[in-house]
Amino acid sequence: MTLDLLPIGQSARIVAVDWSQLVDEEAQRLRALGLDEGAKVAVSYRGIFGARDPLAVRIGRMTVAVRRAHALAMQVEAL
Amino acid sequence: MTRHRTAALVGNPNAGKSALFNALTGARQKIANYPGVTVERKSGRLLLPSGEPVELTDLPGAYGLDPTSPDEAVTSKVVLGQHPGEPQPDVLVVVLDASNLEQHLVFAQEVIGLGRPTVVALNMVDLAERDGLVIDPKALETALGVSVIPTVAVRRRGLTELAAAIEAAEARTPQPQNAHIPLTERRVTAHAIADAAIVSESARHRLHARLDQVLLNPWLGPIVLFGLLFIVFQAVFAWADPFVGAIEEAAAAVGGIVHDALPEGLFRDFLVDGVINGVGSVVVFLPQIVILFFFILVMEASGYMARAAFIMDRLMAYVGLSGRSFIPLLSSVACAIPGIMATRSITDPKDRLTTILVAPLMTCSARIPVYTLIIAAFIPNDPVGPGIGLQGLVLFGLYIAGIIGAMIVALVLRRSVTKGAASGFIMEMPKYQLPRIKDLAIGLFQRAWIFLRRAGTIIFTITVVLWVLLTFPRAEEGQSQVEASIAGKIASGVEVVVRPIGFNHEMALALIPAMAAREVAVSALATTYAVDAGDDEDQTALALGDKLKERWTLPMALAFLAWFVFAPQCLSTIAVARRETNGWKWPLFMLSYLFVLAYVFAGITYWGAVALGL
Repeated sequence: MTLDLLPIGQSARIVAVDWSQLVDEEAQRLRALGLDEGAKVAVSYRGIFGARDPLAVRIGRMTVAVRRAHALAMQVEAL
Repeated sequence: MTRHRTAALVGNPNAGKSALFNALTGARQKIANYPGVTVERKSGRLLLPSGEPVELTDLPGAYGLDPTSPDEAVTSKVVLGQHPGEPQPDVLVVVLDASNLEQHLVFAQEVIGLGRPTVVALNMVDLAERDGLVIDPKALETALGVSVIPTVAVRRRGLTELAAAIEAAEARTPQPQNAHIPLTERRVTAHAIADAAIVSESARHRLHARLDQVLLNPWLGPIVLFGLLFIVFQAVFAWADPFVGAIEEAAAAVGGIVHDALPEGLFRDFLVDGVINGVGSVVVFLPQIVILFFFILVMEASGYMARAAFIMDRLMAYVGLSGRSFIPLLSSVACAIPGIMATRSITDPKDRLTTILVAPLMTCSARIPVYTLIIAAFIPNDPVGPGIGLQGLVLFGLYIAGIIGAMIVALVLRRSVTKGAASGFIMEMPKYQLPRIKDLAIGLFQRAWIFLRRAGTIIFTITVVLWVLLTFPRAEEGQSQVEASIAGKIASGVEVVVRPIGFNHEMALALIPAMAAREVAVSALATTYAVDAGDDEDQTALALGDKLKERWTLPMALAFLAWFVFAPQCLSTIAVARRETNGWKWPLFMLSYLFVLAYVFAGITYWGAVALGL
């Protein structure tokens, strides 16, 4: 399952990230924020207008907003 | 030791650096730019326990030394001592958010690994405790190998200890730089260090989650945001009123005193009509600008701004931008200059350029003087709903027109001149915080001072030049002074161009200095009509709005408003755009497209209004 499909509130672990889908700077920024293989995440909110984009992802004690396009590159496993 | 000593605050965004910086240096701060780039450089003086001062700088927030934005690049270069013209700080003060320890330790390790004299400020420990998180600073100290001082910037806790630690660190000699540790390894270490330092941890504070449940709610979120923006604009109009009245009275009183104290003549006319009238009519808008900045600063300091960006991201995506552009564009509502400067946090260059190009379409506070003058004179303040007046509604409509204009232009630009891959949106949502009065006061004071300095320099000069152009050569008997003057002649030339869109002579005249700074349009009108009124006591006594009402028709006034929605922006904005885009190409492009839009829409408004019989 990719991160964008994770139900709201469900904890999951990122098991694989296809970095080639992402622009270099964005990949670097995501990694800097801890959105990387092995990270424990949960989706807390989804966007409002249109394509349920962006997503608010909880990681540790932090909430990070990412686009659905980023979430699509991340394979997660529900915990 | 007489050497110039320096220290720098460095840390992740949202670590509370700015609040700590304010607490350490007080209100006397120097704001400038880093040499060669337009990243804001904030510095102030910190007194060490020995009584010796050090220059403390507040570096832009960064996630790592490998930069992904111009802001981060500055932090990285300064910390590494590679920024030309900027000395490497003697001491680095790493600021950590105590309640987000694991994340912030990743960057902290990178900085400490440089071997420079370093101190760690474990900031916002009170918020961490409120969240049920107890941290042992001694354990952190052992793990990191540098002093760790728990601080609460807003309560001034730990500041003396931090200053002492900075002094102690300064005495240490720099160590050789450690081998670079890869990010993944640093993250594992960060996790281990945080685990060991956290004494006890209970569930996360409910408040943030509850607030987000409302503010990020798919239905409530946008309603709250738009409601808030609407309140802001009503407040700008209603709350400022008593202050505006007071300033107007004060200006009139000063004008009266000068008028009575001096003998009749050109010099008196110059002081009363030119200086006091002209500058006074601009300073009058200070209360509104302060109120607007107050809301923007509160939204930023409380952490709400990032939520607003989240809500707006999808809408911005439709026009090819991201939620990140929302903050620069909202700042542009106060002034396009800080707005354009705030685009530096946008990583994608095309995205950033588009935001810079559309920023002047957002209604900046310099337009408020023009809008309020015309609205107050021509729009009746009929109530259209509970607590909502027609005047406030029209003002709101003008803001909306600017926003819609900006969105459409962005959409067109993203498909033509700034075409590129769709931009992403990655943004940390800071914790909610009660903004601190002192930090707000410092921010407001800095903004108000910038405005007054403009009023005192650019606007003063333009007003004086305009008065001279309006006063000479002197009119002959039976001739209008404005028509006879040099300015009148220039305006006649401009008038030929703007006549088709309904503008009269005085409006054409006001457009010329408005290019330098938009709010000067008001003082230009004030000066023109004051000069024109001459010694006619009744005319002089009339408020500017009433004078306009006698001379302008409603379609003319509406066309003037429409012009200013798109008006080619002030010289300072063009200068900033030139600096930020490294050349004249884009500022000139911006100037031309804005001029065309202003002309076309003023024309449509005028002829539309005439056709409707207004």
